Amino acid sequence: MCGIVGLFLKDPSLEPRLGDMLTDMLITMTDRGPDSAGIAIYGDQTAGAAKLTVQSDTPDSDFATLEDDLRRAVTGTVSMTVADTHAVLTIPNDYVAATRGYLKNTCPGVRVMSHGETLEIYKEVGLPRDVAARFDLRGMSGTHGIGHTRMATESAVTTMGAHPFNTGSDQCLVHNGSLSNHNSLRRKLRRNGVHIETENDTEVGAAYLTWRMQNGATLGEALESSLNDLDGFFTFVVGTKDGFGVVRDPIACKPAVMAETESYVAFGSEYRALVNLPGIEVARVWEPEPATVYFWSYDTPPTAKAA
Amino acid sequence: MQTFDLEAEGLRALNASLHAQAADTNQTVWEIVNPKGSHAIAVGLDAPIEVNVKGSTGYYCAGMNKQATVHVHGSAGPGVAENMMSGMVVIDGDASQYAGATGHGGTLVIKGNASSRCGISMKGIDIIVHGNIGHMSAFMAQSGNLVVCGDAGDALGDSLYEARLFVRGSVKSLGADCIEKEMRPEHLEILADLLARGGCDAKPEEFRRYGSARKLYTFNIDNAY
Repeated sequence: MCGIVGLFLKDPSLEPRLGDMLTDMLITMTDRGPDSAGIAIYGDQTAGAAKLTVQSDTPDSDFATLEDDLRRAVTGTVSMTVADTHAVLTIPNDYVAATRGYLKNTCPGVRVMSHGETLEIYKEVGLPRDVAARFDLRGMSGTHGIGHTRMATESAVTTMGAHPFNTGSDQCLVHNGSLSNHNSLRRKLRRNGVHIETENDTEVGAAYLTWRMQNGATLGEALESSLNDLDGFFTFVVGTKDGFGVVRDPIACKPAVMAETESYVAFGSEYRALVNLPGIEVARVWEPEPATVYFWSYDTPPTAKAA
Repeated sequence: MQTFDLEAEGLRALNASLHAQAADTNQTVWEIVNPKGSHAIAVGLDAPIEVNVKGSTGYYCAGMNKQATVHVHGSAGPGVAENMMSGMVVIDGDASQYAGATGHGGTLVIKGNASSRCGISMKGIDIIVHGNIGHMSAFMAQSGNLVVCGDAGDALGDSLYEARLFVRGSVKSLGADCIEKEMRPEHLEILADLLARGGCDAKPEEFRRYGSARKLYTFNIDNAY
């Protein structure tokens, strides 16, 4: 199963409530995925700075001196905000690669969950309600976000197997379904030098999109080609810096419901996830078509392109 | 009229109350408020009662229905009226995938659009859709009628047996062994009755009829055991 929720705000006055609304939607989807949960939230941006969200199973020791250590390793303003097992590192844009290298070499217990200018990803094993409480998701504000509740089918229940997956700067992916060709595709991508950490099928889907975009495809093109190259069942929701997209495989067994009002565009695996959104009674509610790539963005009009 | 607040009283209490109605019950009209997309609302009914659901429903609303009339004043999630035996189910809005799947009898009316796999493996149910239907609808449909006032998606009627399919609009593609068939007077008569039951003002003459070419493996007597 798995549950997906997404919310793209058109009305800026709702931004302080984004985390609260997404948390309610996420908890409603607990029945679809009780073993882990995650959220990608697009929040504040600091000019010239990037955000790395990192995770550690032993945050007390790993995060104790990390901020001071990074200040010595990086020129410019560095700050760290810890939330349970996660921490958001704000660093100068030019030092993203250097910081990642530093973490890899000197902090083996610290894993990078996401990088970008506005994106933060939080995910852990446990009931969505408990995961949301650990990170105080309700208190988060932002322009848009996507969340996921996982019922594992293809790989172990671990933090790294939870969704969302970071696919590039300020980009992320969540998935409901199961990919059946993930082993062969993982081998192919690894031969092409793509780093894939786990045996998880969705991570392969995320790595595939990243690899396509690194080779010149736009996100839309990468999603379109995924319909040919990925075998199995999927409803994908992708987050980008300025919006989000939805694509379902041609068979479209995995459910998806969208709702749009003047204030927001919302996604839910089921209508249940949307019932407490403001104005849902008068929203346009519909099911996204199979094999069609949808995008909502702050910068361009919405698109729906049959692949 | 009995009013039932699903949010306050819960699903099991609702379905237990509805199951407790006998053939000669005096509580013939029920209204369910706050459905909020819940699953399995009014499933397994077996009494001549009328149930009005005031809002949208989740998975499997009105499944296995016998005798009852279930009216959803909203949209329905996947598997509405699945395996219906008799009675009537009306959806004011849209229906998600596999509406009316495996239905043996009764009438399902969808006033909006139906999604993929509408009427999959239908076995005698009559389904009348005012709008469009999605791909793989009436897959392996065995008996009954599917009426579509709008358009049909890909692979309509794949591996069809004896069900009749009537489509007013376009058909994106026909599934294996599904062909267009002549609309004879007896079909117009059947269709006129279905349209009247479904509350459609469309004219039978505007529709085309599709059915099985009976060329697949199962139709060859030499393949029988």
